[in-house]
Amino acid sequence: MTIKEIARLVDGVIVGAPADDSYDVEKAFASDLMSDVLRFSMDETVLISGLCNNQTMRTSEMADLRVVVIGRDKQPDAEMLELAEELDITLIKSKFSVFKISGILYEAGIQPLY
Amino acid sequence: MHYTFDIERGNFADAGQASSSVKRTLKQLGVAPANIRRAVVALFEAEINAVAHAYGGTIDVDIDGSKIVMVVADQGPGIPDLDAAMQEGWSTASAKVREMGYGAGMGLPNIKKNTDDLKIDTKVGVGTTVTMTIYLA
Ligand SMILES: Nc1ncnc2c1ncn2[C@@H]1O[C@H](COP(=O)(O)OP(=O)(O)OP(=O)(O)O)[C@@H](O)[C@H]1O
Ligand SMILES: [Mg+2]
Repeated sequence: MTIKEIARLVDGVIVGAPADDSYDVEKAFASDLMSDVLRFSMDETVLISGLCNNQTMRTSEMADLRVVVIGRDKQPDAEMLELAEELDITLIKSKFSVFKISGILYEAGIQPLY
Repeated sequence: MHYTFDIERGNFADAGQASSSVKRTLKQLGVAPANIRRAVVALFEAEINAVAHAYGGTIDVDIDGSKIVMVVADQGPGIPDLDAAMQEGWSTASAKVREMGYGAGMGLPNIKKNTDDLKIDTKVGVGTTVTMTIYLA
């Protein structure tokens, strides 16, 4: 699934790095705890998180994540957006809860990471 | 090659910059992606621990053709029960640290899992030195 398709499904707004149309997302993982994210390989995976700060970006960088859905209508600040661009990470801002986002993407065929 | 960085206590806005810089360097050196990932996940976890649980500290990274050695040293409170701290889910993270996205109690286990060699010297009231080695075979 493309990043833009995910954004459409969660009624989200794309910010940070522009969406790479060639990137195929197959799996998702939802967590607000960054060390939980770093336990796994995040190939072809979208992170769904309610955490919205610089550490979301640094963790995504270490995990080689390319796309993060930020739930609960959290607003990344200017510094976070700058980091996202610099690190080539696309952010999708959604008003939906993390649970709802997860449900929508699951139903659309995105696989759980485990 | 040798690199050093300073880590600032409680500075979650900038925490991870040293690991980020090491990641860029390893990429430039052409280190295999799987080894880069292992190294930076371990280094990042140790860097965050020094910010979150100690009073900041220093990072020393040495890279040669065969290995990456990363030393994260702090003058923090030390770890009273290291065996407990190494367990998945064990955490004393403060409310502020949890708000920043940490406190799963997975950092030290992640470090263990991603390194080939791990040495933790810790003394209560003195500090903690985490030495992590990745072999580039
Ligand atoms: N440098 C350090 N100085 C003092 N205590 C530490 C240090 N590193 C770890 N600890 C102690 O060990 C515990 C476990 O560390 P670990 O990194 O595994 O989990 P965490 O930092 O609490 O949460 P997470 O890393 O999952 O965000 C910490 O909660 C803390 O009590
Ligand atoms: Mg930790």
